[in-house]
Amino acid sequence: MADTLLSVGLDVGTTTTQMIVSRLTVENKATGFAVPEMEIAKREILYKGKVHFTPLFGEKRVDKAGLQALVEREYALAGIKREQVDTGAVIITGETSRKENAKTALEALSQYAGEFVVATAGPDLESILAARGAGAVEYSERTGKLVLHMDIGGGTSNLCLVKAGKIIATGCLNVGGRLIKRDESGNVTYRSPVLAYTAEELPLKDMVFALEMAAGLRPADELLSRFMTEEITAPWEIPTERPVISFSGGVADCIEKDHPPLAFGDIGPELGQAIRESKLCDGEYILGTETIRATVIGAGCYSTTLSGSTVFYRGVQFPMKNLPVVEFAPGKGAEETVVFSIPGEEKLSYARIRKLADALANQIKGPIFVALQADAAKALGHCLCLLLPADRPICCIDRVKLTEGGFLDIGAPVGPALPVVIKTLILSQ
Amino acid sequence: MNKEELRALISELLKDAEPMVKGSDYKPTDPGPTPKETHYTDGDFVPDVSQLDLRKLYLVDSPKDGEAFKRLKARTPARLGSGRAGPRYKTLTMLRFRADHAAAQDAVFSQMPEDYGEKNGLVSVKTKCESKDMYLTRPDFGRCFDEENAAIIRKELPQKPKVQIVIGDGLSSAAILSNAMDCMQAIRDGLKVQGIEIGKTLFVRYCRVGAGDAVGDICGCEVVCVLVGERPGLVTDKSMSAYITYKPHTGVSESARTVVSNIHDGGTPAAEAGAHVAELIGKILKKKVSGVGLHLEEKV
Repeated sequence: MADTLLSVGLDVGTTTTQMIVSRLTVENKATGFAVPEMEIAKREILYKGKVHFTPLFGEKRVDKAGLQALVEREYALAGIKREQVDTGAVIITGETSRKENAKTALEALSQYAGEFVVATAGPDLESILAARGAGAVEYSERTGKLVLHMDIGGGTSNLCLVKAGKIIATGCLNVGGRLIKRDESGNVTYRSPVLAYTAEELPLKDMVFALEMAAGLRPADELLSRFMTEEITAPWEIPTERPVISFSGGVADCIEKDHPPLAFGDIGPELGQAIRESKLCDGEYILGTETIRATVIGAGCYSTTLSGSTVFYRGVQFPMKNLPVVEFAPGKGAEETVVFSIPGEEKLSYARIRKLADALANQIKGPIFVALQADAAKALGHCLCLLLPADRPICCIDRVKLTEGGFLDIGAPVGPALPVVIKTLILSQ
Repeated sequence: MNKEELRALISELLKDAEPMVKGSDYKPTDPGPTPKETHYTDGDFVPDVSQLDLRKLYLVDSPKDGEAFKRLKARTPARLGSGRAGPRYKTLTMLRFRADHAAAQDAVFSQMPEDYGEKNGLVSVKTKCESKDMYLTRPDFGRCFDEENAAIIRKELPQKPKVQIVIGDGLSSAAILSNAMDCMQAIRDGLKVQGIEIGKTLFVRYCRVGAGDAVGDICGCEVVCVLVGERPGLVTDKSMSAYITYKPHTGVSESARTVVSNIHDGGTPAAEAGAHVAELIGKILKKKVSGVGLHLEEKV
């Protein structure tokens, strides 16, 4: 039994905008004699778009119409239609996410790109997607090593620390190749406000030092906190053993390859060379299987996951987008529509499931959306059904781990499972 | 060479030959660490080997990359990476193996409690078998009822219901004790959600899957769902299966059964499996076919 999802990844970065189209194959890995267990078995990239410059109006606004036209052209080149797209993610990263109209541009774009294409921003998720897209997570899983992935783009560097395939921490530094732009003769034409702290014309050394400090290769001082972005949800924890450093992002292409310093009208080539000569590269390091495209491939191939294969829903319209996650506790209700998360992996007895259904039915007035970590969604859904009038929408999913403050998107079913996108953060403003 | 000469030759050879290792002056090159003595006092418990998680247990001494092996091992309950003591198993491996084997045997031979049916509000009967031994040696008796038990079924259960649930000990009483009630309740609720009300659940002692066919003969149910203890293995002794048959009757083909197996804490939890089975029964009632026929129906 195989089912496929057509997925689109779109990365609107500080410097470049890219799109890919991929096909996710969903298969039942359980035998025919057991309860089905669906999983994404294959991720194929069908189309890799060109690397475009991000359409902007000056330094403050995103050119929404320009972006839409770009997506339209890419869809035509890829030979796909909006209606065919099942899932995917539009990501707005780095400095672009700080533009005045970033949020509206992002939402318009995700609507335009397809019904269940998710709009997202926030360095936590991007860091993870970049690390997956670059193959760093897979490398860490295969080797069991501690890997620090750095996706060094135009405006920011997304950090992701992975041990044996498990994501331990994410972080983000304001270090990028396009914080300073220069004309053909090398005169600075733009300087990002994050560099206002110094008078130095090209503070490459500071940027590299900040990266080294984040990797635990240099004692951390106030320089590191100066470069840390504020949008990250948890403070960055500096690794205590030396990780294998993995690179992606536009600047990663400048680490091993020599480009003329002004090849791109910025400081990317020089930053790449400074990294090559730094402590980051004097130990074990790898270049991602994808460099500049790591984030977009992550967005297209890895943003969607599957719920458990025994779920329950009635009276709901898919896709459901941006459901805020609230951890369920006795006596806790919610004003708006939220998804209640119930953590804990241990098996629930039927008596406990019934009690849980009672508590949920008593405390929640509107539609009931529940996400369990333990495998019990269908049983809980049935219990809720018997307690509530037939017109109350219910959606119970399981085998997903959500944290309070995150957001969840749920797509139309693939076989018995539901595709979900777990987002840690939406635009901060 | 005659016998005398041969004997002389052998004794000559024996006189010169040094034994390879003399018991008295044999010294191992590396005596190894002295094992720590564990002292137990009255009231202490000896650690329960059957409580160790086999997926985390890795016993190879000085491995090249033990962490990598452990990561692989986490994916399987198989007895890998158990190390060795000379050419033999380590004591722990041996004890665990024997403990698991004993648990499997116990699951087969232990009886369901006398009051199991009464305590859980079930109608209790038994097949033609008179004992566990007869159950194991006469599979045919485990699939039918004598007149006395058939009469109880006829009297206590509704006639021609849509669905009849049967709980049977099968080859593992342990599986039924830990899973059947949770699963049964979830099936009942799951059927109620679909508007299917059902009568009492039947408990059958010395039960094989085929006993459900005999129940079909007696009460004429449209679908029978038999929850039965699976033949225990060394991984778990508590695995249960649900066999669902459309229009059950004696002699129905085995290919007409839909089965959901591996219902236990390490597989599909009982309650969730029950909810799944309830929807499966709904589908079988709608399509009017179970087993291989249902698969073919779904492919169309």
